[in-house]
Amino acid sequence: MLEKTGIPTSDDLKAIKPDKERLKKGPVALIECFRKIPCDPCFYSCPFDAIDEFKDINDIPNLDYETCTGCGNCIASCPGLAIFVVDYNKNTLSLPYEFLPVPEKGDLVWGLNRAGKKVKKAEVVRVKDPAKNDKTAVVTIKLPKEYLMEVRNIEVGELNG
Amino acid sequence: MINTDILVIGGGPAGMTAAIKASESGAQVIIIERYHELGGQLIKQTHRFFGSKKEQAGIRGISIAQELTEKIENHSNIRVMTEATAEGYYEDEVVTISHENKFKKIKAKKVIIATGASENMLAFENNDLPGVYGAGAVQTLMNLYGILPGEKVIMVGAGNIGLIVSYQLLQAGVDVEAVIEAAPKIGGYLVHASKIRRAGVPIYTSHSIKKAIGENSVQGAEVVELNDNWEMKVGTEKVIEADIICLAVGLNPLSDLLIQAECEVVYTPELGGDVPIRDENLKTTKDHIFVAGDVAGIEEATAAMLEGEIAGLKAVSEIGYSNENIFEELNRLKTELNKLRSGPVGKVIKNGIEKVRRGNYVGKNRYSHLR
Ligand SMILES: Cc1cc2nc3c(=O)[nH]c(=O)nc-3n(C[C@H](O)[C@H](O)[C@H](O)COP(=O)(O)OP(=O)(O)OC[C@H]3O[C@@H](n4cnc5c(N)ncnc54)[C@H](O)[C@@H]3O)c2cc1C
Ligand code: SF4
Ligand code: SF4
Repeated sequence: MLEKTGIPTSDDLKAIKPDKERLKKGPVALIECFRKIPCDPCFYSCPFDAIDEFKDINDIPNLDYETCTGCGNCIASCPGLAIFVVDYNKNTLSLPYEFLPVPEKGDLVWGLNRAGKKVKKAEVVRVKDPAKNDKTAVVTIKLPKEYLMEVRNIEVGELNG
Repeated sequence: MINTDILVIGGGPAGMTAAIKASESGAQVIIIERYHELGGQLIKQTHRFFGSKKEQAGIRGISIAQELTEKIENHSNIRVMTEATAEGYYEDEVVTISHENKFKKIKAKKVIIATGASENMLAFENNDLPGVYGAGAVQTLMNLYGILPGEKVIMVGAGNIGLIVSYQLLQAGVDVEAVIEAAPKIGGYLVHASKIRRAGVPIYTSHSIKKAIGENSVQGAEVVELNDNWEMKVGTEKVIEADIICLAVGLNPLSDLLIQAECEVVYTPELGGDVPIRDENLKTTKDHIFVAGDVAGIEEATAAMLEGEIAGLKAVSEIGYSNENIFEELNRLKTELNKLRSGPVGKVIKNGIEKVRRGNYVGKNRYSHLR
């Protein structure tokens, strides 16, 4: 249970999954923020108004998958580091990363699941400069499709010596 | 004797916004802070703040502190005194402070107390071993002085502070072996919990620390599972190795000055401890004294800043520095605060505040015997 372990359950995750048709169309954001908290920066970060305006700041963010372009602007705005972008065409996952060293394009990293277990090696295909996002890097890695919904963190270092 | 219109005690987010708001109407403001710089808790917060975007959420705590400090420096009618500690509050509304090794007296027309909170301690065997730290001390070492507290940490408490400080420890390269939480559920925001969980940190709810292990310093801790009645389950003890035990078991409003000033103070668990009875403008039972921020109830920076603005605005209006929009502005701030507190966490806080609203409280002031 999420409240006991910090790991979202498959029931929690059902709430955020865009359908297969949408996934085929290209990159889309997944907001893994499941419980009401007084927080709203994600809404202000989206240049396409894909995240509904919060009627109440405690609302759970509601993303319109059709409007979302997968631009990734929201990723580094979220203080919960709860927003990811998946692209089922390019088989990539973009995630926020606030550790040093920041990986570089071409590096091999471990993909970790929601419990922090190493599940798949992955290649870094893009890194958005942390300086541009108040020190939060946005790292994009390439993964087989079946891992796109599983990997949520990376471990840098070990695989590149 | 130093005379001023407004004296703000405490240079955290609540005190800083109170000073800024009060000074905007032209009043003379003094803000005193016992540390050598302004910012309060914010200067240790390297993470992005959750909260309301309008009140700076999404940016890092340290950046919020810098922004507010710059604003204060740009107001020529705010005098900042750092390394200045308020020591006493006297009947004639004189506040005594120690500043630059001197004992000084300040008399203000209104005083805003924004002293924040102190950390709670936890009772367990060997809790006096070197290596047992409060989360605040760990943050100070790490984030202000760049000193690693140790190599392996056991965090006690899965509230927001325990979760966030765990994350900051990981960023500093320290291993967080486990987060131990006595309650059956994680108390902090689950996005913060998930963040450290996917970095590999296990969170053990319904667990407590039984004792610290080690001869001259911490070498580990014995932790134990708790049953539904929060009793230790015999036979579930296990030892986790670590050289640091970090306690993040709650904060307690620093209301000593208020008690000394004879403001009515009530123990209110929803707000973290002894908090002053106040009206919706944050005025205490003493006409002279306002409060704002964690000292009025443990909450968050967004709330602290809004409260600071309300207290600052109301305090100056009572001494004749009124601006014509004051009612609208006060109403706007109160509406924001209300919206912020409309969620499940905020409801508990609202309940607490209702109890200590001026006019509502019917119990006995537990400090009245001191008079
Ligand atoms: C680890 C951690 C993470 C947090 N994360 C968030 C977050 O993400 N979002 C959020 O909104 N909030 C967060 N908070 C909470 C937030 O920092 C506090 O709610 C906020 O700082 C309270 O502001 P304040 O001004 O009331 O008190 P403080 O920030 O505590 O400031 C009080 C100041 O008063 C000074 N002082 C005390 N006594 C005296 C005296 N006698 N004389 C002179 N000066 C005195 C103190 O030195 C201090 O600087 C976090 C807190 C912690 C500890
Ligand atoms: S990925 Fe871009 S379009 Fe989609 S929600 Fe985030 S910011 Fe908006
Ligand atoms: S910014 Fe992040 S943590 Fe805050 S509401 Fe949006 S998704 Fe949730």
